[in-house]
Amino acid sequence: MTVLLEVRDIEKSFGGVQAVRGVSFDVREGEILGVIGPNGSGKSTLFNCILGQLAPDRGRVRVDGRDVTGLRPSRLNRLGVSRTFQLLQVFPQLTVRENLVLAAQEHRGTRLGRLFGAPDVGLGPEADRMLEFFRLTRLAGAMAGSLSYGQQKLLDAAMAFMSGSRLVLLDEPAGGVNLTMLADLRERLEAINRETRATFVVIEHNMEFVMALCTRLIVLAEGRIIAEGPPAEVRRDPAVIEAYLGH
Amino acid sequence: MSAGRSLLVGLALVAVLALVPVDLTDIGLPYPGLRRYGTYILTLWLVTAIAAMGVNLIVGYAGQETLAQAAFVGIGAYLTAIVTKAGVPFGVAFAASALVTFVVGVLLGFPALRVQKHYLAFVTLAFTVLCWLVFRNEQWLTGGVMGIRDIERPSFLGWPLRNHVRFYWFVLGITSILTFVLWWILRSPWGRAFTALRENPLRAESLGIDVRLYTLVAFALGCAYGGMAGSLYAPLVEFIDPSPFALGPSLLFMLMVVIGGSGTFLGPFVGAGIAVLLPEWLRAWETWYLLIYAVLVMVMMAFFPGGIVGLLSRLLARRGTATGGRP
Amino acid sequence: MADFLQLLISGLATGAIYALAAIGFTLLWQTSQTINFAQGEFVMVPAFLALIAMRWLGLPFVASLVVAVLASMLLLGVAFRYVVVGPLIRRGVLPLVISTIALGILLKEGVKDFYSAEAQSFPTLLPDTLITVAGVSVSLAQLGVLVVAFAVIGGLQWFLAGTRTGRQMQATAQNPTVAQILGVPIERMILYTFLINAVLAAMASILISPIYLAKFSNGETLGLIAFVAAIVGGFNQVRGAIVGGLLIGVLDNLAAAYVSTAYRQAIPLLLLVLVILFRPQGLLGRREERAV
Repeated sequence: MTVLLEVRDIEKSFGGVQAVRGVSFDVREGEILGVIGPNGSGKSTLFNCILGQLAPDRGRVRVDGRDVTGLRPSRLNRLGVSRTFQLLQVFPQLTVRENLVLAAQEHRGTRLGRLFGAPDVGLGPEADRMLEFFRLTRLAGAMAGSLSYGQQKLLDAAMAFMSGSRLVLLDEPAGGVNLTMLADLRERLEAINRETRATFVVIEHNMEFVMALCTRLIVLAEGRIIAEGPPAEVRRDPAVIEAYLGH
Repeated sequence: MSAGRSLLVGLALVAVLALVPVDLTDIGLPYPGLRRYGTYILTLWLVTAIAAMGVNLIVGYAGQETLAQAAFVGIGAYLTAIVTKAGVPFGVAFAASALVTFVVGVLLGFPALRVQKHYLAFVTLAFTVLCWLVFRNEQWLTGGVMGIRDIERPSFLGWPLRNHVRFYWFVLGITSILTFVLWWILRSPWGRAFTALRENPLRAESLGIDVRLYTLVAFALGCAYGGMAGSLYAPLVEFIDPSPFALGPSLLFMLMVVIGGSGTFLGPFVGAGIAVLLPEWLRAWETWYLLIYAVLVMVMMAFFPGGIVGLLSRLLARRGTATGGRP
Repeated sequence: MADFLQLLISGLATGAIYALAAIGFTLLWQTSQTINFAQGEFVMVPAFLALIAMRWLGLPFVASLVVAVLASMLLLGVAFRYVVVGPLIRRGVLPLVISTIALGILLKEGVKDFYSAEAQSFPTLLPDTLITVAGVSVSLAQLGVLVVAFAVIGGLQWFLAGTRTGRQMQATAQNPTVAQILGVPIERMILYTFLINAVLAAMASILISPIYLAKFSNGETLGLIAFVAAIVGGFNQVRGAIVGGLLIGVLDNLAAAYVSTAYRQAIPLLLLVLVILFRPQGLLGRREERAV
């Protein structure tokens, strides 16, 4: 299996506080990798360094063999990497369908070309398919702001997949979602992973969700990886248990 | 509103506007038209609206701040005045004004947008003062405080436009085209990109929208609209000096767009209307009109930050539901 | 050489006044996210308050100054905070920006309409007599300005670093959420910031009006200088505002002597362009992490 994402020796500190101290790992195509760890272990900082939101002090990030360290997030997205956010999500003043078109429009044609083509850039059918897949079809014309929290989370996920990204980083996708929606969300994510072979990297605090969804886990504590492996193994690892209990 | 309907409404408005200054008694309608000064004010309103549309694009759609629109209007005005006086046709001068102000906008915006959000406001502030100094000091080019007089009105395909109504129709035509261009841009995927980067630049970036590039283009385009307004302003008033292009008027452009309704399509027209008409209505209290204007703006910001158009939209929406609108 | 020193000293004197305006502006931004586009007018108005106290209320000069400072604290501090900024800050940044712009126009037109459009002379605290210090002749008034301005700045620095309230204010400026968790009464800290800005602006007004003459249109120039000084110094630093102000004061004075006066106003603008192009975090600022 090809390695899609290579993270090497990432270091990042903020004014004397070292948030990430040399983290390296690979993600193989089609995997669902979970990144867990207690609060303050550096998960978000690591994510942001991979995604170009922050420039790492040291280290490299490679996607599909290509060095993407420090590239702007929009550039990275056009290379096939998407993300979801923990908090900031959909665009409330656009309809659900428009949100989906927005999520993929920059990947169709050229910027100048888009000025003269159809307003939805021919993305109508794909948006419909995505709506169906995430079971949001009846909400297509609703303002995204009027959706329930769980529905917005689904839309957020749908947006990340609209542009056909091969690598999707999900930041706490289960946060604040009720149990029934959670099962739905997990099932949809597994389905997309099966159908499109998209690779996921998931930060999550909800242990059940992570254990059920992910094929492999890495555990961060105080900016370093302390464990790596299949969920069942990691959950029994004494170092991991200590890291969590120690907080 | 669908595209087709919007276009029809637009055409109807243009038709009505075209007839406003015309004396219709000859064809049996009891409407005497406007006199010369009235037509002049109407033309001034359109020219101001073009510049206001530019500010609206920058502020209302791209979510930035600009305090330099008057300077860009000035650049367009002086460029056109100087160049047409040297014999260059107006069309070329107009295009040149648009191009020059666009490029200057890019040069100004590029470094300023790399940094913190509000830096653009200060950079544009400084730029306005700088331009005004140049307008005032470089007598050999701009006539200094004496300005440039006897700016001629152009001809359109051989048809002279000195007559105030004809010039008004000319300006109306150009305004309509520029409004249509903006409408087209905003309805295209670009418009969606602008909405996204204004509301949530972080999320927009993550979806592949190059926020810096789009913001820069919006800014430069907005400045170009200012330049084009200036290009029309010079032959309208036939005499220009540095005073309308100083810091004060730049601030007023921001205010008028927000009063009209920032981020709404009609907002700049309403705001420009108020800005042009208010000094006329408050002629009796001439020295006080700015004071009153400032107070109105502050009150408005506290109670209806959506501006006049925003307020009307809300009222209309409420009426709709009260009379049992859509389920 | 003596000439140059003289220019340097008078430049530092005016620069110190600019610094007062820039510090207040920076503090306000840091602590309460308020970008006060009316800062220039805030430095213009107190002089007129003093003139009103003198001419309409017949008070002696020093008493008028005190009245001006107190009235400034009330109007430009308390009233500004609770009547203008408070209700608007929850509407978002743009309405607040627009309102401070409008406020600036309001103050400017207000002074022009209600007092006078003419430039007014303003008395100095110290006479303009020349004294010789180390072979350079300086005006007593200028020395006085230097001393007062630096005393105020020094006092402020001591307050911010040396007193509990001052440190609480700094904490609020750096991170209001954390400060609140730590028990800092941030509402009160914000009010103090507004009051401090009002006092600084009033002091700047009193010190600069003898030199510039009190005129309703002073706000434009002074505001621009305050903004540029704050940015040049590095927006997040109070020390930066001081450096920025002094730099502009000195350059401005040197330019007036050696360069054409027609473009004198362009000096701070040029400085702004250079800083934005080559060192956008300002001379003393820290490089901001890219947010996007």
